[in-house]
Amino acid sequence: MPSPQSLFQKVWDAHTVRQLANGQTQLLIGTHLIHEVTSPQAFGMLRDLKLPVLMPHRTFATVDHIVPTNELVEPYKDNLAQAMMDELRKNTKEFGITFFDRATGKQGIVHIVGPEQGITQPGTTIACGDSHTSTHGAFGAIAFGIGTSQVRDVLATQTMALGQLKVRRIEVNGKLRPGVYAKDVILHIIRLLGVNGGTGYAYEYAGSTFDGFTMEERMTVCNMSIEGGARVGYVNPDETTFAYLKGRPYSPTGAAWDAAVASRKSFASDPGCHYDDVVKIDAASIAPTVTWGINPGQGISIVENIPSPETATSADDKAGIIEALAYMKLPAGAPIKGTKIDVAFLGSCTNGRLSDFREVAKYLKGRKVAAGVKAIAVPGSQIVALQCEKEGIDKVLAEAGFEWRAAGCSMCLAMNPDKLIGDQLCASSSNRNFKGRQGSPTGRTVLMSPVMVAAAAVTGTVADAREVFAVN
Amino acid sequence: MALAKITSVSGRAVPVVGNDIDTDRIIPARFMKCVTFDGLGEFLFNDVRKDPKTGEITDHPLNQPRYQGATILLSGANFGCGSSREHAPQAIQKYGFKAIIAESYAEIFFGNSTTLGMPCVTAAREDIAKIAAAVDSNPQTEVAIDLVKLEVRFAGQSVKITQRESARDALINGRWDAIGELLDGVPAVKETAKKLPYLAA
Repeated sequence: MPSPQSLFQKVWDAHTVRQLANGQTQLLIGTHLIHEVTSPQAFGMLRDLKLPVLMPHRTFATVDHIVPTNELVEPYKDNLAQAMMDELRKNTKEFGITFFDRATGKQGIVHIVGPEQGITQPGTTIACGDSHTSTHGAFGAIAFGIGTSQVRDVLATQTMALGQLKVRRIEVNGKLRPGVYAKDVILHIIRLLGVNGGTGYAYEYAGSTFDGFTMEERMTVCNMSIEGGARVGYVNPDETTFAYLKGRPYSPTGAAWDAAVASRKSFASDPGCHYDDVVKIDAASIAPTVTWGINPGQGISIVENIPSPETATSADDKAGIIEALAYMKLPAGAPIKGTKIDVAFLGSCTNGRLSDFREVAKYLKGRKVAAGVKAIAVPGSQIVALQCEKEGIDKVLAEAGFEWRAAGCSMCLAMNPDKLIGDQLCASSSNRNFKGRQGSPTGRTVLMSPVMVAAAAVTGTVADAREVFAVN
Repeated sequence: MALAKITSVSGRAVPVVGNDIDTDRIIPARFMKCVTFDGLGEFLFNDVRKDPKTGEITDHPLNQPRYQGATILLSGANFGCGSSREHAPQAIQKYGFKAIIAESYAEIFFGNSTTLGMPCVTAAREDIAKIAAAVDSNPQTEVAIDLVKLEVRFAGQSVKITQRESARDALINGRWDAIGELLDGVPAVKETAKKLPYLAA
């Protein structure tokens, strides 16, 4: 009997091409996803080196970061955005790469498109020039966010040079309390382990809470692994994984599907395998969580007070609190609940999927966004948008006062026209609350689950969705 | 493609203090609307170097005349956290920096920087404080990072540094950009792909 191994180890070994002189591994990347922001320079480098794309059929492109969500006709008003769009079209055409352009009806945020199309599969390696590539780990893939030089490497060689990661198993057991979502689970984990606690690790998410999660919930958690410093996050594949993938456009069919399921199941971590660290969390201990500061680890439950420098646990913590409170213009020691908001944003690769909008629509029916709050809802893909429209979710949201937009990254990082203005404070279902993240150098972000964004939108304040919507 | 063997970096240094300095702070996303990396250096730390309301130049260390011409960046823990954007190390390098000394780095940022031949070395907080103090009292202080001996020498002092062995090996042996080696492995790549059903098809 071979010794028990983790999924990470098995996938790593299966994709190892050879050792490099510096001790790193030349790792085969089975699936490469690209978008308009981090790929043009890589294609430029290929041209400079006169190199072809080694396996063009294993790279898939979409456009997400810069697309306007309220302007569908090209040329876009923003010349730079149009230039990036044109560049991606040119590059994918020239190198023979599939491009889910807007006209295909399959365009969307790269981390939503991959799973939706069945391009994301268990037991595979995936890379993309985007740190939220960890999302794809929800399927039991090992998925790496990479820089542009590595995008070049993958295009030219279908491999990259990488060092092994350690594996930390994060077990969450039990049933989440009503009003608590996958987003709260990951915000809680990051609060607990810190924004750099995962450096050098792959996070394996497990336990009965994850077993019971849908694929979309698993994706929300894996998506934010990088916010905890972990470049890779994954969940072992199970029946839920295969049920989601069966029949997707890029999933194998017929006998090939059965063979694929059998082979891909075998990548799941073996019982008794070695982990470099294990963390256990009781699901019942997790409350709706919101951030109060300028990194995703600065989170508290909705019923807690904003930290004050006096309660700091270390000199670093104290400096962090002082800097964050000054930027966020929040009073130390006051409840976070009741903080006035200016903008509500629903969307992103963290929470821009069908289940997110369904859940929000359930509570927004018959409600109105508070006066003075700008509220936008941005589906993660054209397919998500279409399904929402079929189910009337767009109408429920629009009647409540949300602007229903076209698919893209939008206000998560505001590379398109959707931006905060001045010091505006945004209740956001996205993944980063860094200074200036949402497009205004003084804009403020409070991260939370989509239902909490809905509660904030209707009350005009950071609110406890359980109270606002009588969830119990 | 012969690459330089980077065994040492010497120059003046500038302290940019703080932990968790993220990639959005290093290069705000709106400056990534480009199809080349040209000109990114100009926007390094843009939103903390210019007052967002008035547009006036702030007292950020990079704006201070005494630190002009510095080629070594000093910082805190978890430097470069956040996005995988290579635009961040590109902006730092294009601004004129040749190396970074910090307490720790975010994973992706570290790899991206190494691939650009910009060493990211790790030192203890108190040692970084010593370098910063020397630089503060005399900005002309020559700071020498020695990747072979794994030490930083400055103002008659010396402190220990560490660096991940694979990165150090790649830098000092002139193989920090792996593309050449990866291309050499392409025949083996094809063999490995044949063994994986999803790639063999």
